[in-house]
Amino acid sequence: MKNNSMVWLIVMIVGAALLGLRWTLASHGFGKAYVKVSQETRYRIPSTKDYPTDEPIDRWVNKAGADKQNFDVTTLPPASVQTRVTTEDTTYAEYVKAEGQGGANSNTAPGADRYEFSLSRTVGIWFAAFMTLFVMTFLVGDNPMYKVAESIFIGVSAGYWMVVGFWTTLVPNLFAKIWPSIIRDWAMPGLSSYGTHEWLYLIPLILGIMLLWRLAPKGGWISRWPMAFIIGVFCGLRLITFLAADFVSQIRSGIIPLWVKVPQLAADGTVLHDAAGNVVTGFSFWDSLRNVFLVVGVLTCLVYFFFSIEHKGVVGKTARVGIWFLMITFGAAFGYTVMGRIALLAIRFEFLFDDWLWLIDPKMHHTIVAPTSMILPFFGLG
Amino acid sequence: MLEFFKTLDRRWIFLLMGLAVAIPILTEAKFPETPGDLSQAVFNEIEKLNEGDKVLLAFDFDPGSEGELGPMATAFVRHCCEKKLKMYFMALWPVGEQMIQQSIDNIVKADFSKLVYGEDYVNLGFKAGNEGVIKVIITDLAVLYTTDSYGKAINSIPMMDGIDNIRKMDLVINVSAGYPGTKEWVQYAVTRYPQDIRLVGGCTGVQAPLLYPYIPEQLPGLLAAIKGAAEYEKLVLDKYGHRDADGKLDEKGKYLEGQRRMGPQLVAHVLMVLLIVAGNIIYFTEKRREGQR
Repeated sequence: MKNNSMVWLIVMIVGAALLGLRWTLASHGFGKAYVKVSQETRYRIPSTKDYPTDEPIDRWVNKAGADKQNFDVTTLPPASVQTRVTTEDTTYAEYVKAEGQGGANSNTAPGADRYEFSLSRTVGIWFAAFMTLFVMTFLVGDNPMYKVAESIFIGVSAGYWMVVGFWTTLVPNLFAKIWPSIIRDWAMPGLSSYGTHEWLYLIPLILGIMLLWRLAPKGGWISRWPMAFIIGVFCGLRLITFLAADFVSQIRSGIIPLWVKVPQLAADGTVLHDAAGNVVTGFSFWDSLRNVFLVVGVLTCLVYFFFSIEHKGVVGKTARVGIWFLMITFGAAFGYTVMGRIALLAIRFEFLFDDWLWLIDPKMHHTIVAPTSMILPFFGLG
Repeated sequence: MLEFFKTLDRRWIFLLMGLAVAIPILTEAKFPETPGDLSQAVFNEIEKLNEGDKVLLAFDFDPGSEGELGPMATAFVRHCCEKKLKMYFMALWPVGEQMIQQSIDNIVKADFSKLVYGEDYVNLGFKAGNEGVIKVIITDLAVLYTTDSYGKAINSIPMMDGIDNIRKMDLVINVSAGYPGTKEWVQYAVTRYPQDIRLVGGCTGVQAPLLYPYIPEQLPGLLAAIKGAAEYEKLVLDKYGHRDADGKLDEKGKYLEGQRRMGPQLVAHVLMVLLIVAGNIIYFTEKRREGQR
């Protein structure tokens, strides 16, 4: 058997054995999701505010909201009272409590809250767990499981972006401006009924259609016009912003005192004043050192990137110092990147151990016993 | 021995790293945190606000960076709730809207149920357009925001009264995973109106070195990666955390995520340092042997 096949065999056997062991030892199961099903009654109450548009705006509020405005909901017509069923995530611990004697589930009155097992959300947890493991198998080597996870991710992302783009960009930012009443009736009931047709938005609509022309077999050049417009706008926007926020502001931030004086503090932490009432200041070594480092770092790095003079003699030595500053910066960036990647790995492990396997329970979601006592039984020690 | 390490299968390193991260999670190992200057600056910026002051919480991240940024988002919302600030949530990332909803459900609704939607907090949701959105809403909010995230007319929301642009905010808090994020908020909002807009942020580790040049003039405080989140979380809990009769911190696990995630960080970093040292020893030993030949 090849080395690679042996690794795969070991990974599969160890994984299946651990899962089986967990299944055997977890008396209350694991990887299950629960929901709280409740009924919420909402009331449509008229607003008492005067708006500039004089538009009558009614608000849907719950009982607490109506009480807060001293509104008597019993006076409302039936059309202004709505009851809807809501489902929200809950925990295994809450479910056990509800199932117990005198718990929420023993209340059989209509409209009472119920705690239930959710099959669809449970399937979601197991699917997410296996997708996580499939992606992690790439560390062993490229394989069909990784390819499946990758393809699903790309497909879902593309579909999601299309839907989000349509509902959050095209509908509110374009169609709602051109045909406000149609969009309000169809998709955005919250839109103001006083909105007018903004025909100027026909220009971006036409530009958008022109952009899509590149997909047509002929006339691909038509898409260059809106593309030129986009590039032009962003160049202008970015250029000005960069000059103001980075170039000028950074120069200003670099002009700092190398000899830093800070207010002196008394023993009780208050700022000391002299007889004339002026603040007493003193030399701060660390602040001064920091500023010296900052200025030297900026200047030497600039010299390193100055290629009009050959890096020899004083210029070469200064550039060398600049390289050291750059290397330290890259090291710090690498350190931060490592920290970020470890955090990403940690949250996936947390998901597997907490939401899926119920091995840990830092949020006290699914344990009735102390969380640490769950790990030992997993290994058959508890 | 040298030959063994030189030809070591990289999958052993992956396994070691996996164990270095997994074991502290399983044992729920926690280590003490000492807040740094930047975390303290972020804390102070929020702390100096008064009850009822307006705060814009821009959640520009998604589930991909939730591991790093989730804990700081939680701590920010908790801090704002404790201070009774008016919270205006918005996102420039499509899935940022779900991150906002998660914070509202898990923190505001769960532990601060007295806060009323529309009066104490509002979810403006996601807006497409990246930095273009910032550029517009610093002068005119109504152009882009006609409804909130749930389709409710903006002018029917009491706390939106008088908010015609984001310069009306007393503080902007940005949780950023990349583009658009804190950099764009600095460039398009703070730099344009330095007197009106004050910004603090939290970012991923990858972004942090790119944002340090903006400190402190354009960005008074920054939480960098999970370390920054853990430090800030400690500051919030030290001041507002629930304590038992003995004065010991007795907090829900969701408010300790940052500090908890520093456990795996510590062990994994120690392993990383050891691997770098070992790699260098092997490299120089081999070089010396080649020189002797």
